[in-house]
Parts: sequence; structure tokens; C-alpha cells
Amino acid sequence: MRHLLSSADLTRDDVRMLLATAAEMHEVQHRDVKKLPTLRGRTIINLFFEDSTRTRSSFEIAGKWMSADTINITGKGSSTSKGESLRDTVMTIDAMSVDCVVIRHMASGSAHQVSQWVDASVVNAGDGTHEHPTQALLDAYTMEQRLGSLEGRRVAIVGDLTHSRVFRSNAITLRTLGAHVTLVAPPTLMPSGITAWAAADGLELTDDLDAVLASGPDAVMMLRVQRERMSGGFFPTPREYTVGFGLTRERLRALTAANPEAVICHPGPMNRGLEISADAADAAQSLVLDQVSAGVAVRMAVLYHLLAGEEVAA
Amino acid sequence: MSDLLIRGADVLGEGTAHVLVVDGRIAAVGAAAAADAPSGVERLDADGLTLLPGFVDLHTHLREPGREDAETIASGSRAAAVGGYTAVLAMANTSPVTDTAEAAERILDLGRAAGLVDVVPIGAVTKGLEGHELAELGLMHRSRARVSVFSDDGHCVADGRVMRRALEYVRAFGGVVSQHSQDPALAGPQACCHEGELSGRLGLPGWPPVAEASIIARDAMLARHTRSRVHVAHVSTAEGLDVVRWAKAQGIAMTAEVAPHHLALGTELLSGYDPVYKVNPPLRPTEDQEALRAGLADGSIDAVATDHAPHARHDKEHAFVDAAFGMLGLETAFSVVHDLMVRTGRMSMADLARVMSTGPAAVAGLTGHGRPIAAGEPATLVLVDPTAPVTVDRATSQSLSRNTPWHGARLTGAVHTTILRGAVTAREGEPTAC
Repeated sequence: MRHLLSSADLTRDDVRMLLATAAEMHEVQHRDVKKLPTLRGRTIINLFFEDSTRTRSSFEIAGKWMSADTINITGKGSSTSKGESLRDTVMTIDAMSVDCVVIRHMASGSAHQVSQWVDASVVNAGDGTHEHPTQALLDAYTMEQRLGSLEGRRVAIVGDLTHSRVFRSNAITLRTLGAHVTLVAPPTLMPSGITAWAAADGLELTDDLDAVLASGPDAVMMLRVQRERMSGGFFPTPREYTVGFGLTRERLRALTAANPEAVICHPGPMNRGLEISADAADAAQSLVLDQVSAGVAVRMAVLYHLLAGEEVAA
Repeated sequence: MSDLLIRGADVLGEGTAHVLVVDGRIAAVGAAAAADAPSGVERLDADGLTLLPGFVDLHTHLREPGREDAETIASGSRAAAVGGYTAVLAMANTSPVTDTAEAAERILDLGRAAGLVDVVPIGAVTKGLEGHELAELGLMHRSRARVSVFSDDGHCVADGRVMRRALEYVRAFGGVVSQHSQDPALAGPQACCHEGELSGRLGLPGWPPVAEASIIARDAMLARHTRSRVHVAHVSTAEGLDVVRWAKAQGIAMTAEVAPHHLALGTELLSGYDPVYKVNPPLRPTEDQEALRAGLADGSIDAVATDHAPHARHDKEHAFVDAAFGMLGLETAFSVVHDLMVRTGRMSMADLARVMSTGPAAVAGLTGHGRPIAAGEPATLVLVDPTAPVTVDRATSQSLSRNTPWHGARLTGAVHTTILRGAVTAREGEPTAC
């Protein structure tokens, strides 16, 4: 692996390898001394043009626990805010001989573009409304920890699909692992061309969340409704959204009744009371904090395979 | 201006013939031309070449004033001459905007100083392209520049009341409004990818075809209501073309142009997020490309227009949604259209002359361009080689910018010589002087 830009770049074997490595890395988190020498002497830049707490921290901790030198650069607004092109910005960083650039940017495709301009490995930590591949890996890891193999498992992804990079990467990775994926959203929050896309990729589409829950899926992944979408004409009111697409207390009961083993995921941050009720967020079935914990292990695995490969054992 | 004898060209409508040019005009066509040629006249051996009226581009961005690092009127003129153009209409979205008589005259004068093509300024429809108040349309028309085409290109005149008034106003002097048909409420400010499966997968803001078709439909009704002329700039969708056809069938004075890139390049090229393929309107899927090709061949579309949009490298080296819209077009338009439409048998060379010369000249009201190749007519001509292979190399572009999507492309059909009122302005890829 040279870069991790899209979940589509990962074969089933790649995903299996990364998740297996993540399981080893997860053990490190439970040690008193959480430090491996694996990436000593390597330099990782976390280049975050968009606000992020959990993803940036997760990458930073992952790097530090493997002894890499990690540097965080944050930038409000786009790279053009000071008149510099994105290419100039990243080439400046690349000229400092860094080994890896972890980039989050508000523009779709930015990680892909950056990978063509720099010598360093590039990890896509979220590019606009395109993809967030490490989130998909950590979601798969977390679900497998609870459910076992995802082969043949049924996963529902619910909410603002149009603007969700988490959905895009998850749909790909879950299908790569053999899961059945059902997408649930109001028509206004379904991505363009989703009908053809879903048919090509073997995804199911519906706007009936209650029917999906009644069918007893193994996992339900709730997507965050971004506050700026609430006034964008995508749905009439937050109340109406919750009635149609929120994982309310009643729907939690329905899910549990249909499948007592079902789990609930959310990439965070959660809008309690909007897309997910407090009952659901804090339920025993909720994997929200497990996802956060797994995030570090998965990112350690990704950095390991990008920067150490087979040369250095974890 | 030297006299010229073009020997043995394939002359549209005449077959192989000689053409004698004297004092900037065609003096004779046919066998008599050689006989009448004065001794010592410059002779141009045109064996295997086709002689057409010089090309006219209804849609050129020359960037001067304001962004002379990307293009100047002189460099754009060189690119145009090399591309076989004898007239280009310079879009108004410069900085400052061409929204006054003085601004229009300055562009006219700079074009004359460059001296390679007729640079015809397009006037803004609204002050500052802001879409609210009409620019000084009448004064621009009464100026030395004789502005007859008005456009806020880059922006749509979205306010129906403003568009109505513009159409009413220009009717008085036979002007035309060239509309960038894009409903800004339907295709938002960041829209940069045809709305469809690919935009959904790539996470790029979608630009739906209905945003084009709905404005064309509204403008058709306004043109009918005002009994004025409206021109559809860079039509890009089958839906938009359907409306154009309907309007023409109703007798509405609507014309339309298509850009070579919308004929030849598809949405799928955006999958690599390369901003060289970022244009507005965006590249469309195969079905739209096919519809546009058919519309061009059957005459529903009146003109090929380049939408030549040079950009400095740093304006393209941003994330895709932040990068500038536009690509070069002047130097490659003939080769692309010839390769795609004529070489494949979809159009004849006469059709090509219609859409690249006579059609656009008629839309713009340019009486000295797009003329028949006949005695007494201006010698404003282009010689093309239909069989010449062309490999596009951006390094050799006459433009100051390099944002061509055709770099490395192999096409068939090259511009050989461009002649403006008897003067050779470009020969085999090189402008004669500037």
C-alpha cells in the first residue's frame, strides 16, 4: 500500500489484513506502557483543513503510540484563504521530507489530488462529501468485534447519505466484507444517481426505516445530521426528520424485538434527540465508544502498513 | 497587404480551384484566377488543402484587462489565428467588466493593435455582471466597438424581469443576449459536476440538466414575448437542446452554440478530480454528448463556440471544487470538431463551415466574416488540411495558459493557413506577427 485514499482501493484481503493488524494494535491500548518502536524516525503530518477532534486525535495518538513524530497543522477555511494553492501548500510540507500526510479537507477529491503532488504516503482522513476510509475500517472492526464475521450480515445505514463521506466508505467496505447493506434516507438526502449506483454495487434503498428495523438487521448505523442541512430545504423541520428517520426510543424497542443481538453505530458527534435518542445512544447495543477506541487501533494498523510494511514487526 | 494566389485548393462549392486575392478581397475564383494573377504575386500551393471562410468564435475569454498573466488580447489573438479564427467575440467578464462604451472600445483597440483577428467585444448585460441593473447597452452599441452581443457569461441573468428588459432594449438595435443558462437556485454556487451517479459517488456538488433547460425555456418565452433575439451559450444537455428545438419550431428567435469539449469529452473524466476538466457547464454523460452531436449535425445548434477559458496554473491547482472553471479551446477547436464530426462522416466540410464560420457570424451580425468564397468578397479565409495528423502539445500553445484537456490527444485535421482580409495571420501553427 502506498496511500489510503478510498475504501474502493482496498481488496477483501487488504481489509482483512488491516483488521487483523488492528486487533494486534488494540492490545497495545490495554498495556500500561502504550508505546511501540515501530515508526521511530518517521514523520507524520496531520493536515486538517477542517475542524475535527476525534479523527485528528485518533491519528495523532496512533502515530505517537508507534513512536512516530506527529505534527498537527490545522487551517481554517480553504488552502486559498491566504492565497496559496492547495498544491503549493502540500508541496511545501512534502519538501520537509515527511513520510506521511494525513489530510482532512472540505473538498471532495482533495486527498486524491494531494497524492499526485507529494512523495509522502497520503491517508484520506475525510475529503468533503466523498470518503472517510479509516472510519469505515474502524466501523467494520467494531462490528466484527461484537458480531463476528460480517459475511451475510445485514447493516442499515440511515440518514443524510448525500453529504456523508462515512456512508460512502462504509457502503464500500461493508460490501467488500460480504455484508448486505440497506440505505435509508428521505429522497432529498439520497445522493444523485443513487438508483443506478445502488444497483451496480448491490445496495438496497428505502425510505421506510420502520420496515427496515422490523426486519431485524444486525447493525444500524445512524448518520449525523449536519446542522447546516436543517435549513437547506432537505427536510421541513428537525421534528419531522426525527419522526421519519430518528432512532427513537420506540424504534430502539422495535429493533431489539426484531433482533435482540442488533448493534447500533454512530460516527459521532451525535445529535441526541435528532437522529438518535439518548436511549439508543446509551443502550447496551450501542457501540459508539467502542468505535472511538477502535479508531486508534485501526489507524495504527493503517500507518503501520503504509510506513513500516513488513519490515518492522509491531 | 500583399496580394495572394491560392493554388489548387479544394474550395467549398467549387471543387479544386485557384483563388486570387487582391487588396484584401477575392478577385477571382477558378481557372481565371491563375490567369489573372499578376506576375510576382505570392503563391500559396494549396494542393490537398480545403479553403473555408475564416472561423468565428462567439465565446472567447481573453482575460484582458485584469488577468493578463493568464491571457492577453495579443496572446489570445495569436491562439485564435493559429486555430483558424478570423474573428473572436471577447466575453465581458474581465476585470473591470466590459460594461461601458469606453471599456468596449479599449478591447476593440487592443484587438486592432494585435492585428491578427477581429476582436469584437461582448458587452455585459448588467453592471458588473451582478444581475441587477442593465449595463449601458445602447452606449456600447453606439460606440466605435458597435457592440451587438451582450452576455453576463459566467453568470446567468437569473432575474426574469432583468432578462426581459435586456431583450426589449437590445431589440431596438438588433442586438442579441447570449445567456449562460444556469438557474443558480438549481445548480448552486459550487456545482461543478454533472448531477448523476458519478457526482454522487465522487461527492461533488451536482449541476442538474434541469438548471439549464429551465432557463432556456424561460428565455424562449421572454424572447417570444419581447420579439427579440436570445442566444444560448454553451448548451450542454439533451434537455436544453430539446427546448432550443422547440423554440425554433415555434419561430422564436433563439440560436445556440455548443463547445467542442461538450461534444467530445464526458463526465467520467472527472473521476480523477483533475481540474483541467472542470468547466461550467460541466462535462456531461454520453447521452448528452450524442444529442449535441446530432443537434450540431442537423442544424438545431447554430455554432461551435470554444468557450476558450485560459487560466494561470495556480488558479487550477486547488481542490476540485475550488479550482477555476474553464479550458483552452481556440487552437484545438477545428481539429476536435473535424475529427469527431467530419472524419466520422457525421458532417460535411460545408456543415463545418456553417457551424464554425457562417453560423456564428450570422448570430453576431458580423458582415465581413463567414462570407461565400466568391469574387468581391473579403478574403477572410482559412486553409485546412483534412488529413493531417495532429498531436496536441500544450507546450506549443500560443496562449499564455496551459489548461488544455487535449494535451497528448491525437486528432486528424489541422489548420494550415489563416487569412484576414488578404493578410496571412498564421501559417502551420505559427502566427505571422504580433
